[in-house]
Amino acid sequence: MKITVVLVMMLSMQVFAISVHAAATLTGDAIARQGNGNGAPPCMSCHGDKGQGVPAVGRPYLAGQSKTYLVKQLTDFLNKRRSNSVMQPIASALTAQEINAVATYYSRLPLRAAPNKQKNGAQGTIGESLASKGKWSVGMPACFKCHGDKGQGIAPNFPAISGQSSKYLKAQLEHWQKGERSNDPVGLMQAVVEHLNDAEIAAVTKYISAQSPAKAK
Amino acid sequence: MNMKQILICTSIIMYGQAALAQKAEHAQAVTEAIKIKPYLPPTEDTIPDNEFGAMVRFGRDIFIDTQAHAGKYVGNGLNCVNCHLDAGRLANSAPLWAAWVKYPAYRGKNKMVNIMQERFQGCFKYSMNGKAPATDSKELKALTSYAFWLAQGAPTGVDLPGRGYPGLAKPEKKPDFKRGKQVFAENCVLCHGDKGEGTRQNAGYVFPPLWGKDSFNWGAGMHRINTAAAFIRANMPLGKGGSLSNQQAWDVAYYVNSHERPQDPRFKGDVAATKAAYHQHQCRYGDKSGNHLLGKKP
Ligand code: HEC
Ligand code: HEC
Ligand code: HEC
Ligand code: HEC
Repeated sequence: MKITVVLVMMLSMQVFAISVHAAATLTGDAIARQGNGNGAPPCMSCHGDKGQGVPAVGRPYLAGQSKTYLVKQLTDFLNKRRSNSVMQPIASALTAQEINAVATYYSRLPLRAAPNKQKNGAQGTIGESLASKGKWSVGMPACFKCHGDKGQGIAPNFPAISGQSSKYLKAQLEHWQKGERSNDPVGLMQAVVEHLNDAEIAAVTKYISAQSPAKAK
Repeated sequence: MNMKQILICTSIIMYGQAALAQKAEHAQAVTEAIKIKPYLPPTEDTIPDNEFGAMVRFGRDIFIDTQAHAGKYVGNGLNCVNCHLDAGRLANSAPLWAAWVKYPAYRGKNKMVNIMQERFQGCFKYSMNGKAPATDSKELKALTSYAFWLAQGAPTGVDLPGRGYPGLAKPEKKPDFKRGKQVFAENCVLCHGDKGEGTRQNAGYVFPPLWGKDSFNWGAGMHRINTAAAFIRANMPLGKGGSLSNQQAWDVAYYVNSHERPQDPRFKGDVAATKAAYHQHQCRYGDKSGNHLLGKKP
């Protein structure tokens, strides 16, 4: 009798374990808060409890980015078209369904950029000129031509950049310059970074980071 | 070809070459006389803070956001800046400063000498599929002020380098719909959409439509395959002008202009008659695309 009870218990535990492991049932919200129990840590622990990022250490906000864009980035980490030693193993630990679920979750959160308001956001600076007018003397359009007139992004392919961590923004432009990020469609960002020197990258990323991206519909 | 024909041909060619050489010499002489340097328009922060400056700014605003500042004259989703990049400043994107110094000019399109205002009116009527503001309207006065200000210091009457869209050599292969469609899918869909419908955000287009009801009409310069190919080769994909091959630019221009768009305002009630009167150039108006007769709305 005792043995049967134990057996039944063991069996049901196994069933339970299996159902937990059938990861298709994990919601995006659960992955963000708890990880997937299969190698991917809770996203929140690095991207903030509301997906707002941790600007000071260059962890980007995810909240409010388009789902298409987020799925693409996670897949690109996986495919190494975008290299990053932190995100590559995390993306590899997620199934396609989990990527879909967690991207959907973040895309539905309100954009929570915390623009760094102190300085660098001023009009009439090089940063402002590059962001809103471009550098047409060498054929470079304004950043805001592709990223929305306030840097709020143009769904589905062009991410929001305003209010993003300046450290993160700068790192991305440098990654393109060094070929560590080569996942931009039509090579559009590659063409942009070819036209920018270090001082301009510093100025434009600081300026954009200080802007507030009024979320567009 | 018999001998006589060959002789005639050769002599035509020789005559042509001689004429060309003469023209080139002449051009060189002119160039040397006035030393054409690439012209750089003044930067926006030098627009004066007076009544004139206010007109210049209004003209610039109309040019960049025609929908908001001259909306009643516009019948589609476009703004002047969509085909004249960087607020009408960019060389090889039909910049305003290069136009200014060449007007008044004779135009084959309406067979008369046009003043600058009439040229603006043409783009309102066709490229913007709208109705032309009157020559003395505040909108045309403002646009004129803006062009005048952009061209200050440029030599008058001269074809400045960067005027218009740089002409393209003929393609090696006849432009082709299928190849064009592929170029379009790989390089243009991201922004202009797979139905050429553009991308909207809030009230307006952030990436303009290339065909369909909100695009330029069948009378606009951009519906000509050679003109579109030249524009695209120099300026598209956005930020990557010059990256397509000559052939790709012709193919994709052919593809874009093989779709339906608003009627030619000079429509004579019949596609064939309109084609005969106004479309004896490189365009697809009045051609069949699949089963559809272009110019005849579905
Ligand atoms: C250990 C910290 C850490 C954890 C945990 C983490 N991330 Fe990241 N994530 C980062 C860092 C750092 C970057 C910036 C990478 C770079 O510089 O390219 C990043 C970048 C990203 C990006 C690219 C954002 C953009 O704007 O392009 C996405 C998407 C992303 N993470 C999703 C996730 C998801 C989903 C999870 C949870 C499954 C997660 N991250 C967990 C640190 C982390
Ligand atoms: C011609 C269009 C275009 C222009 C102009 C442009 N971008 Fe981008 N940008 C893109 C696209 C497309 C992506 C998305 C790449 C991807 O899918 O990974 C992108 C991505 C980015 C990213 C990565 C965002 C993230 O969350 O990881 C940054 C940072 C960025 N752009 C900054 C800029 C800056 C700064 C400028 C101006 C100097 C600029 N861009 C101009 C098209 C453009
Ligand atoms: C759909 C594209 C398109 C739009 C929109 C457009 N144009 Fe044009 N425009 C053209 C084309 C094509 C030409 C002829 C360029 C050539 O063949 O070199 C042209 C020529 C011109 C010229 C003469 C250039 C020269 O060097 O002779 C002026 C001036 C001009 N446009 C003004 C305007 C104004 C003002 C608006 C807005 C009201 C406008 N355009 C909107 C396509 C456009
Ligand atoms: C990164 C986005 C982007 C890509 C990719 C792109 N375009 Fe554009 N295109 C634009 C923008 C933006 C404008 C208007 C320019 C402006 O307002 O500054 C434009 C204008 C045009 C116009 C003139 C305006 C009109 O409505 O007719 C044509 C024609 C055009 N593009 C064709 C193409 C073709 C063909 C390709 C592919 C080879 C292409 N574009 C790729 C963004 C893009």
